[in-house]
Amino acid sequence: MSQTAVTMEAPREKSWGTGLSAGRKAYDRGLRALVWLCAGLTCALLLFLIGYILYRGLPGLSWEFLTTQESLLKGTMGILPAIQNTLYVVVVTLVIALPLGVGAAVYLTEYATNHRLVNAIEFATETLSGIPSILYALVGYLAFSNTLGLGYSLLAASLTLAMMNLPTIIRTTQESLKTVPQGYREGALGLGSGKWHMIRTIVLPGSIDGIVTGCILAVGRIVGESAVLLYVGGMDSTLNNFFASLDKFAHSSGATLTVQLYVFAKERAMMDPAFTVAVVLLALTFLINLAAKVVGKKLRQK
Amino acid sequence: MKKLTCLGLSIVMALSLLAGCGSSNTGDTTSDQSSAGSNNAASSSGNTETTLSGVVNTNGSTSMESVMKILGEAFHELNPDVEVKYNGSGSGAGVTSAIDGTADLGLASRELKPEEEEQGAVAHVVALDGVAVVVNPENGVESLTVEQIAQIFKGEITNWKEVGGEDMEIAVYGREAGSGTRGAFEEILGIEDAAKYLNEYSSTGDVIGNVASNPAAIGYASLSAVGDTVKAVKVGGVECTEATVQDGSYAIQRPFIMITKDGTELSEVAQAFLEFAMSADVADLIAQAGAVPPVQ
Amino acid sequence: MKRTQKINPLEAGMHGLFFLCGFVAVAFVLVITVYLVISGLPAIREVGLVDFLFGTTWDSDNKTNPQYGILPFILTSIYGTAGAIIIGVPIGFLTAVFLAKVAPPKVASAIRPAVDLLAGIPSVVYGMVGMAVLLPAIREAFNLRAGDTLLAAILVLAVMILPSIISVSETALRAVPREYEEASLALGATEIETYFRVTAPAAKSGIAAAVVLGVGRAIGEAMAIMMVAGNAPNMPGLFKSVKFLTTAVASEMSYAADGSLHKMALFSIGLVLFIFIMMINVGLNVILKREKE
Repeated sequence: MSQTAVTMEAPREKSWGTGLSAGRKAYDRGLRALVWLCAGLTCALLLFLIGYILYRGLPGLSWEFLTTQESLLKGTMGILPAIQNTLYVVVVTLVIALPLGVGAAVYLTEYATNHRLVNAIEFATETLSGIPSILYALVGYLAFSNTLGLGYSLLAASLTLAMMNLPTIIRTTQESLKTVPQGYREGALGLGSGKWHMIRTIVLPGSIDGIVTGCILAVGRIVGESAVLLYVGGMDSTLNNFFASLDKFAHSSGATLTVQLYVFAKERAMMDPAFTVAVVLLALTFLINLAAKVVGKKLRQK
Repeated sequence: MKKLTCLGLSIVMALSLLAGCGSSNTGDTTSDQSSAGSNNAASSSGNTETTLSGVVNTNGSTSMESVMKILGEAFHELNPDVEVKYNGSGSGAGVTSAIDGTADLGLASRELKPEEEEQGAVAHVVALDGVAVVVNPENGVESLTVEQIAQIFKGEITNWKEVGGEDMEIAVYGREAGSGTRGAFEEILGIEDAAKYLNEYSSTGDVIGNVASNPAAIGYASLSAVGDTVKAVKVGGVECTEATVQDGSYAIQRPFIMITKDGTELSEVAQAFLEFAMSADVADLIAQAGAVPPVQ
Repeated sequence: MKRTQKINPLEAGMHGLFFLCGFVAVAFVLVITVYLVISGLPAIREVGLVDFLFGTTWDSDNKTNPQYGILPFILTSIYGTAGAIIIGVPIGFLTAVFLAKVAPPKVASAIRPAVDLLAGIPSVVYGMVGMAVLLPAIREAFNLRAGDTLLAAILVLAVMILPSIISVSETALRAVPREYEEASLALGATEIETYFRVTAPAAKSGIAAAVVLGVGRAIGEAMAIMMVAGNAPNMPGLFKSVKFLTTAVASEMSYAADGSLHKMALFSIGLVLFIFIMMINVGLNVILKREKE
């Protein structure tokens, strides 16, 4: 603050540039250059990252790469299984986490009466959303693969991911539930509506955009996750037939896109297909961000 | 409410897409492969039992990747409703997951240790494999003695010029502690607990990739995974090939094993796959994967 | 209180259902905490807290005399995070100043989505680019035997925390009331002087939150740095192959035998990591609370 005071005492020129003391001029020029430099650095980094990934990955991208599986006997190389597994994990995780998360958020904001308890729970969910995924992998492996006997399987991985994404979904849902004006609730209840009826017709429709945003965030996190999927979900790269039987639904293991990338790059030293998977992931990330933006815009319009 | 329905609908659509992937897969396998029809015929006429269906999860040695993938694919062609899954996490993990039941079959590229057998692990030898000592193709060193290799990995020889190469510090690469390749390698060379690695990598391919990109590196990896990117040196004058592994003249070799747990019954599919992998019919496939079929 | 209230079975049922959801969600969350604490303690008790935390040798595979000292991991995690912060925060902060204040609005709105994209890219992609580009470059530049070093991990982490630092600091800078800046400008300070001596100090708690967030992300990252750090349990050095707390768990959890001291020690590492994260979160909460006041 004392520095601010010094600035204030400085002679008041109308425009900077002329008449500033040499020191101030240097300070101004230097910092301005630094700001531009850093911004340039960030942009250069960004362009380099995206450019390099595209440069190395695009040549390998083909319809065949996306729609076949790797086969040593037939000599094909493709990532369809990884796409399929990613889809499975996203859907199963959301099917588990979404109702639970939204339900929990509704309970916390609409039903729960003990405020100290609610605060404690909010603190807990907030804290847990910062826990590194490797710890979830550790717990998920022991709880689902080992203790519940699911073994290496995508189902166990999805359950772990559901656990990991619950805090995010609860929080975003709660935030959007809180934006529904209290008057609406009172009005509905005053007109003789039951609480569930009020929630179903007033509160949930009013906060659906927030719930969708939470979903998109969760999808982004699931698609980008690797530790849990690698250590709980396995890394096989053959096609799964999830819906053939209950056994296959519960027992199938496999690599999602991120795990496939890790396996290509790290385990098998095959950089070119790894970069091609990175291109696919980049496109997915872009789409997810776009979706979040569109929903966010809609939310603001309300 | 409309939006909720939309959401529900999109979930249903995603699910059906998943299902679509699955069913198109079975469609592929029956139409694509010319052999599939005859195989089906064979299994329906030859085997009077019900057709096999299910998933076999295998987990373990990264050295066994190509062997397992070929065996799995061949078994899937014979039994289109069975999927054999391979997860490469290292031999130690393979033994652990067979004992604690997180995988149907464990995989290891070394013999079982006594304490593992005490815990109920049972080994089934599927193939033999050499541990190739690999260097960068630019490296002029062609041959090392067992003694020299041991000294290099113990850190007693630290420069390539001591063994006839250029004046370059040696970068000693190894595998993580749970690796079967590392276990077998260190045991055969008698350097257990004495090896000093610059870096430890978590898979066979990782070692090969890093040796391939570093002129000063030395590492070890499964013979079945060694390609053109790295050079396998002669050990004691013996080249590392399928033939020298089979006749026992190549010193650093170990078995590929599948692990079950004593007293735990395998699922029907896992049992069938194990029998398939142990049968004499798969010798060609194992050779195709670069490993050596065991002497029957 | 005793007004006759018709108990609608549907209403009661839904109440129960929501309660169940809340209960399950909270139970999930609590179970993790309790599980981590309970399974983390035995190994610490067996090895001894001091030997565990301050032992400098980790040799879990030694058959005769395994040693479980995690000081190398703790220090590596601290150095790695500090390094990433030292590189990432100034660049991120200055870029945020650029985006919030200096840049023409059109330029800023073109860069922002790109930064968001950077934030959403899966961590393994960063690790992979690091493997392909950084490792050979570091090996060549410093004439090392191998490029997998703490330095590579620091650089990857610095890039990874950049987007969150940029976006959180930018939000904080934008939240400073326009009047502060106008007053400073009217008194003759230049724009740059205003941004750094008026706006930035006014936004300092938001920027601090950005830093803490960056620390949290850096200390918790596993897969990306596993791909570039070499994974040997050395005491940290900029040009040495190192293992972090996270990568120690990641690289050994799959093969450590169940019920062995080794596995329990990994859980203890998890517990130490958990405590680190908790401290960071509490720090963040304190900062945010102060900001609210």
